[in-house]
Amino acid sequence: MTDTQTRTVTLERQIPYPPEKLWRALTQPHLLAEWLMQTDFVAEPGHSFRFTADWGAVDCKVIEIEPLRSLSYRWDAMGLESVVTWTLTPTAGGTHLKLEQTGFRPDQGQAFHGARFGWTSFLDRLETLLARPE
Amino acid sequence: MNPSQPDLLFRSLADPTRRAIFENLCRDGELTVVALTARAGVSQPVVSKHLAQLRQAGLVEGRHAGRQTHYRARREALLPLVDWTRQMTGFWDGKLDALEDLLKRMDQ
Repeated sequence: MTDTQTRTVTLERQIPYPPEKLWRALTQPHLLAEWLMQTDFVAEPGHSFRFTADWGAVDCKVIEIEPLRSLSYRWDAMGLESVVTWTLTPTAGGTHLKLEQTGFRPDQGQAFHGARFGWTSFLDRLETLLARPE
Repeated sequence: MNPSQPDLLFRSLADPTRRAIFENLCRDGELTVVALTARAGVSQPVVSKHLAQLRQAGLVEGRHAGRQTHYRARREALLPLVDWTRQMTGFWDGKLDALEDLLKRMDQ
C-alpha cells in the first residue's frame, strides 16, 4: 500500500462537555441516529453493524474500545474501505475530540480528479449536496 | 472497484443534458420522467434514453409505482470521482456540527 493509495482525514474539536456525555453520543444508537445515522451499533469488539441513510449504508465492525477514551471501527462504504477512530481527551473546559479516518482505495481515482469536462464546479456543488445533513 | 467504472461515470456525465437530469435528481429527490422532461427542455423519449444511460452507470435508480417510475440519484456512485479526503472532511464536519447540537439538547 503506497501513500497515494491511503487517505487520512483528521478533525479535531474542543467540546464543552465532559467525556462521559460525549461517549454516550458516540455509542448509544438512539443518540447516534440523531447526529450521524441510523445504526445497530453495540459497543463490543468484533460486533458488526451498519449505519444507514437514504443514500445507502455503511458496513462497520468494532475494532477496539476503551470506554470514555477511544473507539475505532471499520467503515466500509461505496467501494472504499476505511477505519474511523474517535479519541477523547479530558480537558479543563470539557473534552478534546479527535476523529481520524484512514481510507484505502485500490483504484486509481486520483487520475480522475481535476478539471476534465469542467468537473470542478460540478463536484463542488456535489460536495455541498453530499455534506448536507440527511 | 471495476477500473472501467470511472470512465463510464465520466462518459455519462460529460453530456450536459444528462448532467442536468442528474443534478435535478440530486436537488429535488425522486422525480418521474414527466417531471424531468418538464425541466429538461427536450422530449420525453430523449429524457428516457438519458435515464437509461445514467442507470447503466449506476448514477440513477428507478422505483416502479403503479404506471409511473420514480427516479432518484445515487449520489454515492460519484464518490470515486470526488477527492476522498475533501469529501469525507466535509461529511464529518457537518456531522460534528450535528453532534454538538445534540450535546446542547442533551443538557438537562
